[in-house]
Order: sequence, then structure tokens, then C-alpha cells
Amino acid sequence: MRRDIIHLAQCRKRRFFIFIFGVCILPFVVSLVFFALRDTINFFRIPSEINDLDRRSHAILRLGGYVEKGTVQWDAEAGIRFRVTDMHRSQEVRFNGILPDLFREEQGVIVEGSFDTSGVFVARRVLAKHGENYMPKDLVDRLKVQGLWEDYLNHDH
Amino acid sequence: MIIESGHFLLILAFALSLYQAVVPLIGVFCCDRGAVASARPIAVLVFILVALSFFVLTYAYVISDFSVLNVVQNSHSEKPMLFKITGVWGNHEGSMMLWVLILTLFSALVAIFGKNLPVSLSTFVLVCQSFIACAFLAFILFTSNPFQRIVPPALQGRGLNPVLQDIGLALHPPLLYVGYVGFSVCFSFAIAVLLDKRVDSAFGHWIRPWALLSWVFLTAGIIVGSYWAYYELGWGGYWFWDPVENTALMPWLAGTALLHSAIVLERRSALKIWTVLLAIITFSLSLLGTFLVRSGILISMHSFVRDPQRGIVILCILAFFTGAALLLFAFRAPSIRNSRLFQPISREGALVFNNLFLMIAAATVLTGTLYPLLLETLTGEKISVGAPFFNLTFGSLMMPLLAAVPFGPLFAWKRGNITVAAERLWLAFAFALMVMAFVLYFREGKAILTSAGFGLAFWVIAGTLIGAVIRTGNFSTSLIIRWHRLRQLPSTFWGATFAHMGLSITLFGILAVTTFGEERIVNIAPGDTVRIAGKDIYFDRYEAYNGPNYRENRLYFSLLKGRCRIARVMASKRIFPSQSIQTTKTGLLWRGLSQYYIAPGDYTDNNRTIVHIWWKPWVLCIWLGGFFMMVGGIFSFGSRRLRIGIPARSRHKNT
Repeated sequence: MRRDIIHLAQCRKRRFFIFIFGVCILPFVVSLVFFALRDTINFFRIPSEINDLDRRSHAILRLGGYVEKGTVQWDAEAGIRFRVTDMHRSQEVRFNGILPDLFREEQGVIVEGSFDTSGVFVARRVLAKHGENYMPKDLVDRLKVQGLWEDYLNHDH
Repeated sequence: MIIESGHFLLILAFALSLYQAVVPLIGVFCCDRGAVASARPIAVLVFILVALSFFVLTYAYVISDFSVLNVVQNSHSEKPMLFKITGVWGNHEGSMMLWVLILTLFSALVAIFGKNLPVSLSTFVLVCQSFIACAFLAFILFTSNPFQRIVPPALQGRGLNPVLQDIGLALHPPLLYVGYVGFSVCFSFAIAVLLDKRVDSAFGHWIRPWALLSWVFLTAGIIVGSYWAYYELGWGGYWFWDPVENTALMPWLAGTALLHSAIVLERRSALKIWTVLLAIITFSLSLLGTFLVRSGILISMHSFVRDPQRGIVILCILAFFTGAALLLFAFRAPSIRNSRLFQPISREGALVFNNLFLMIAAATVLTGTLYPLLLETLTGEKISVGAPFFNLTFGSLMMPLLAAVPFGPLFAWKRGNITVAAERLWLAFAFALMVMAFVLYFREGKAILTSAGFGLAFWVIAGTLIGAVIRTGNFSTSLIIRWHRLRQLPSTFWGATFAHMGLSITLFGILAVTTFGEERIVNIAPGDTVRIAGKDIYFDRYEAYNGPNYRENRLYFSLLKGRCRIARVMASKRIFPSQSIQTTKTGLLWRGLSQYYIAPGDYTDNNRTIVHIWWKPWVLCIWLGGFFMMVGGIFSFGSRRLRIGIPARSRHKNT
């Protein structure tokens, strides 16, 4: 009888500790996740969708499109300039680094970076996937929504 | 003809799995001994059939049989033999074959080694395994048949993705899959004990070797994959928080938690419900990984095809197994009684802490991985959650966990004493503070968080080693006695020590690379030197080279010390004419555990090439730590309590 009561008390005590622990940890983790999600999500744009807010905010964006023909230039200090286009509008991109192996003119590309004060998109990372005529899935969906996919397919390349 | 026989063997394996999923189950409920006894030999037979079928597929690759669609799409007659064989699982159909091969292998192993298990239990385990095998065999046969012929046969195959033409493909997928799929045994055991109503400490005893085996292989798979990505992709990174990497990390975290909670269950007969739940969650996360990777909803190196139909099928499999298991769990959990109690400050308490943080970390990784997918499905907004999110959430959750690591082994079971443990660890704490101060001084007081990280790494390693020293005696013990006692410590103790040391070594490597690494992007011609990390790297020359199925533009570099060349390295750009794809082979110049990492970029003009050079101090520690963790896992295998067949005897001893 007495042992049972002790046992029950210990059970309660343990539950209490777990409860306190959960109450302390959970809100911390949830708020951490929300905070991190708010600050570190990258939004995906194609050149036609870029608005003034994007240009001014300097937030990290992902810009998808394909590399416009004849716009890739090598600058001094190993800088690279090219334009990303969606057949409708294009956006100048600057990148200082090594381009992926599959980066080519008229190939799909996703660049991750932000706008600088002069309205040029400065890329931190350039992503191009291995695949002969690869277009990123995000980009295809977006072009279809905008009705630009047909233009892309009909485009001579 | 041989190809068709492979297909036939696979169908036969499917039929036998169906039999095995139904008949022994009926046998248990109707007490039909013959039906129950059939489960074991059939498990072995199914494995043999699947293995033969897999062998036939490999044969088709080896002889480059271009009448098989799968071979046409993924192989090329000029490919080296190694890549012809590894190319078998370098595509969707073949990798699913490998998945099922390993699954049936595990079923067969359970059948062979589980002879001393209670009959009804081992039957339930095998039935559950064969349910999973049925689902995946049906998936292969109906949606992704690797033995599909084409008419007329092609003259030449399209070749394997050049990035995959590497020794990494021979190691990474099989290791990872053994890890992934091995957890299916723990899952099946969980289902079996729930069905059989025998959730007790023996459950912890039964699943521990399987969980350990899977965990060791999963760790190996992850470190091999990480090192492969590091040298192959040419970005200089070893972990990209790519959704596909996350899908391997989540089962690893859950599996680590499972290993620890199984110890509590086995030794103290506590945490019964939790361990069962963890076993279910771990395999569900493996299935989730399979779904995310194989359905192609993620854009990644690993997704070979994009076919929504297949994705839906795997999603259904995932939903069925997870849903059914959780339902069963919900029905049976209230009837499980936890008898043993413990104080919050105790070995059990520390392991609960470990489980809590590992699972919360896995949950945050899951959130970051699934949130973009959910958001896209619900609202159509496309976002990507990248490294900053994971570094922040995962990093801040790992900190308290790592800080607690040295305490755990010092606590006694049931009731620990935190002051005693703290007294023992003050030396480690002082050491960690010293390291922290040193790093702060070195970085001129700039990087407080990083130096705290270094402190943490050294705290874990020093604390773990002190734990080992304390086990051998007190201040007055002579070295010889200590050595003898050290050798007599149980192998599980060494397992924990090595695994925990591995953690801190990995952490140290990551911090050293991010803090003290350097990188330069230069446009150079032969004859130029680049100064990085206090050394000169000299660009010697170009050289054209023809490989078996590629052309290569090689760049030779050497590391200068004064005027002597002390090391040479070659980096190259490879062009694969059969697919007109170019890949980069990075040059890795080893200096102890550090590396110079040279990635050639594009040829510009005037004989110049853009070259990206990194100095990566202590980078090899990242994978060395993983290796230590594996060694720890292997040590834990040696435990005398871990003989699979003798649960009954050891239970008697405990009570």
C-alpha cells in the first residue's frame, strides 16, 4: 500500500519534470523555427516578376530563367556578367566565382543572390543542373503560369 | 531469354512474399505449425530469388545488352567495367532493385539469426518484413520494371550521368541503403512486439544489434556521400542542406536516438513506449526519404526521373506503413506498463535528454525540408529553405546536446549526482575555456560564437577522455593497473567513447574550415603563382588527355616552399562526348588533415583559366569524426550482452 503511494508520487513527480521541460523547450524551438524561417527563406522569381520592392529590399532571392544568348562577358578580376531572361524580360546578373559545368548560353539556370544598389543582381551561387536540355522544374512551372512556356519552346535554340 | 528469366524470378519473389505475408500470419492465429515454420525458409528463398534477379540485371549491364530499355538509358559500351556495374543502381529502377535486395537480405538475416526468438514473434517480424517487400516488389514490377525490352534494340546506350561515374557510386548508395533499410528490421520488431503484446526489456535487447548495424552503415553512407559531394561537385562544400541530404540525416538522428533509448530499455526496462515509437518513426523517416528522393518532387542530383505517378505510389506505401504502425501503436500503447522509475538527473535522464534533443532536431530538419513542398502545394508560392535556416535551428539545438554529452556516461543509473559529475569534469571545462580563449585571441576577439564552438568541441573530447580515465581508478592508481583496467572495460563503453569523440572531431573540423579556411578566385595562366594561407601555389602547365569515354583538359599545380616544389596536384575539366557533358575533377592537395582544394573553372583567353582555390584546414576531421562514430558503433557490437539468440537467459540474470 505504502509502496504504491510512493510509486504514484514518483510518477507524478516525473510527469511534472517532463512537463516543465517541455514547457521550457517547446516554445523556444517553435519560435526559433519561425524566426529562422522568416529570415532565411529564399523566394523564387523569374525576370518578369521582379518588382520594385525586390530591387529595394536587398533580400536573398532566387532568380530563374535561362541565359540570354550573347550576353556572357568576362570582366577583369574574374567577374562574370550575363543576362537571365524568360523571353519577356531580362535581368543583368553579376557573379564572381566558378560557374557550374553545365552553365551555357540558352540553358536554364537559377541564380541565388540579391540586388545591389544599382539594380544589378549579384549572385552568390549559380545553379545549373546536369542534363542536356535541362530546365529547372520551378522555372518550367512558372513559365507555364505566365504563358511564356510556348515562347520558350518555339524559341530557336 | 536471360533478361526474361530475371523478370520471372522477380515475379516469383513477389508471389512468395505475398505467400509469406499471409500464410504464416494465419498460421499463428490458427496454431498451424507448418504454416508458421514456412516463414523462415521462404525469407531466405525470396532473398535468393531477388539476388539472382539483381544479378541478371547486372549481367545485362556488363554485356551492354541494348535491347533492355534500362541499359540503353543508363549505360554505354565504352564505359569502364566498374561503372557498368555501379551504373546498375545509378538510376531509378536499379536503385529500387538494390533497395529490395537489401530488404530481403535483412529478412533472410532475421530468419537465419533469429532462431532463438519466440516463434510467434519471429513470425510476426518476418511477416511484417514481407509486407514491406511485397509493397516494393509490386512497385518495381508495376511502375518501374528494369527488365523492359525495347524493339528494335538500340545500337548504343545514352551513358551514365558523368557525375556519377566515380568510385563514390560504388560505395555511397549501397552503404546508405543498408542503413536505411536496416531500420526496417527495428520497425518490424516494433510491430511484432505490439502484436504479440510483449513489450519489455527484451525488445531493447533484440533491436539493438539491428539498430547498431543500420546506424553504422547509415553513418558510413552519409560520410562517403558527403566526401563524394565535396570532391565531385567542385563547390568546396561538404554539406549543402540539400533536401536529399536531409532525408538521410533525419533517419540518422532518429536512429541515434533509437540506439540510446534501446540501451535504457535493455538495461533499465524503462522508456518502453518511447522506444517502440522511435523504431516506428525511424523507419518511417527512411520511407519518407525514399519517397522524397525517388518521386522526384525534389530537384536534386539524386532524383533520376520525374514521374508523379511513381511518387504517388511510394507516398501510398509510406502512408500505409506509417499509418498502420501508428494506429497499432495507438491501440496498444495504453496497455504497456512502465515499471522502473528514475530521477531526472541520472543516466536514464541524460539519455532522455539526448533523445529529446535529437528528435527535436530531426523535427526542425523535417520542417525545413517539407515546408517548401507544403507551401507550394497549398499556395503555389515557391520558396527554398537553405543553409541559414538549418545552421540556425539545427546548430542551436546541437549546442546544449553536445554540452551534455560528457555528463551522460558519468551519471549512475537511476539516480545520478550532478555535483560529483561536475567535480570530475572541471579539468575538461578548464581545458575548453583555454581553447576558447586561445581562439578568441587568435581571431582578435571577433568570433565569440565560433570560439565557443571550439570550446564545445574540446569540452566533449576532453570530457569523454576524462570519463575513460575515471573508470580506471583514482589519483593514486599506477599506470600499469590503469592500463589493465582500461583493457577490461566493456566494449560498449569504448563504443560510447569513440562515438562521442567522433562527434567532437567532426564539430572541430567544421569549425576549423569555416573559421580558418581561405579561398581565392583567380584568372591565371601557366607560370603564375597564387598565394594562399601563407603558401604559394604554382600553375605548371596544361595537358590534354584522352580517357576511355572522355576527353580531359588537365591542369597541373604544385605547392612551393621557398623555391622547391613540395607537392604536386592535378585538376581537370572532363568532357564526355557521348552526352556532351562537362564535369570538373578537383585537385586535392593533402597537408596532413588539411587540404588545398583546387577547382578549375572556364578557359577564358590568352591561355588563362579561372581557378577557384580553397585552403581547408583540418577538413578531413569532418569525415574522420564520422569514421570514429562508426568505430564506436562497431565496438558496441562486441558487447557480450549483444548475442542475438540469448535474450531469455540474460533476462533471468537481471531479475
